[in-house]
Amino acid sequence: MTQVGSVLVVGASAAGLATAEALRRKGYQGALTVIGGEFHPPYDRPPLSKQVLAGEWVPERAQLRTADQLAALDAEIVLQDPARSLDTAARTVRTASGRAVRADAVVIATGLRSRAFPGQQSLEGVHTLRSLDDALALRSALQSADRTVVIGDGVLGAEIAATARGMGVDVTLVGMLTAPMVGLLGSRMAARLAQLHTDRGVHMEFGVAVEFLQEERGRVTAVGLADGRVLPARTVVVAIGSVPATDWLTDSGLTVADGVVCDAFCQAADGVYAVGDVARWHHRGLGKFVRWENRTNANEQAAAVAANILGENRPYTPVPYMWTDQFDAKIQAHGLLGEDADVQVVEGSEEDGRFVALYRRDGHMTGVLGWNMPKQARLHRAAVVDHYTAQAALHA
Amino acid sequence: MKITVDEDKCCGAGQCVLLAPEVFDQRDDDGIVVLLDAAPAAGHHAAVRESAAVCPAAAIVLSEDA
Repeated sequence: MTQVGSVLVVGASAAGLATAEALRRKGYQGALTVIGGEFHPPYDRPPLSKQVLAGEWVPERAQLRTADQLAALDAEIVLQDPARSLDTAARTVRTASGRAVRADAVVIATGLRSRAFPGQQSLEGVHTLRSLDDALALRSALQSADRTVVIGDGVLGAEIAATARGMGVDVTLVGMLTAPMVGLLGSRMAARLAQLHTDRGVHMEFGVAVEFLQEERGRVTAVGLADGRVLPARTVVVAIGSVPATDWLTDSGLTVADGVVCDAFCQAADGVYAVGDVARWHHRGLGKFVRWENRTNANEQAAAVAANILGENRPYTPVPYMWTDQFDAKIQAHGLLGEDADVQVVEGSEEDGRFVALYRRDGHMTGVLGWNMPKQARLHRAAVVDHYTAQAALHA
Repeated sequence: MKITVDEDKCCGAGQCVLLAPEVFDQRDDDGIVVLLDAAPAAGHHAAVRESAAVCPAAAIVLSEDA
């Protein structure tokens, strides 16, 4: 690749900021522009459903960098001006305000949007949680809420339910699957998580779909379930997943299929890269295209993208890592756990609420779960690394 | 280089220990970061910068001029 003299990062959140920082760390001295759609300087999302929602942190504490640190990056940071289109051949991005920015390398880091329940936008009392403003609005609602229903099978819904319950709110968590986070944790550990929520007073309604939101004069009053029951609610949180924020790429000519499709080097087209939640890339270790919505991936993929922009030509083959804190449980996963895996507790004990479990599928060690044993789980991580890297090494 | 860690932000991922085991460790009971060396020798600086960069909780802060 020819010398890169200008880089444009589209998206001013964790992955975008990390890409800009990785470029500077690797010695890149050219022009650097970061554009973002939101008003706030780059902030971190995991605390939004926990410390920020609970009010344990002031919102500013979720900011990823101080003003001085951002200034030291020597980048032009443009906020509140979302990208509207990309001309891939010319590597030029146009924004809502009419700005046109051309660069030798363009990095797509626009992340996700919350998936909406049909009709929810017009209803008062219905929330999603993606942005800092969403978190503050939900916090305000929960402070005066009596009955709250959280809809969702995933980590976000479970975290919100736990935080709301900790605030003293009467919470029901509703999901279509058998238990919260069952896709991530597998059935045995998801059942354990469901039990934890029940023990702490969250009403659990799983294995049932939500059919409709009931309203009165524009405000939600209840959640209607497929089995005919109606759960009264003054506040409803919709946490039914997210979709990649790629609307602005419709005319770009890039392949968009549940994310921006990239090669093994996170490159979507000549000089165009994608990073973080929005990127679907070819993971050579796993031999397939994946898109990972975990916080660690934002930082690690940013480092890989920065390296590849600077000509290192490095395939990105990470071992995934995610964590969640719910009530007094710190749950950590190295690798992919999966629903159909064999689970074996290898350290600690389930009875004590502190253990490490290994997940094995088709003869491969694919994941390590730590339950209130973060350090011990990390020490077992080595057992799964091969599954994510060995195949890539063969094809290197 | 001077390192500070924010124990309250730390999520216990241990990415820093994987990258710079001479500088970072984790507590046995809750996995929170333990700073072994707040002013490491130059040979560790690259790994420490990498640790701060990949920390998923932004819990490691570096001051380069100290």
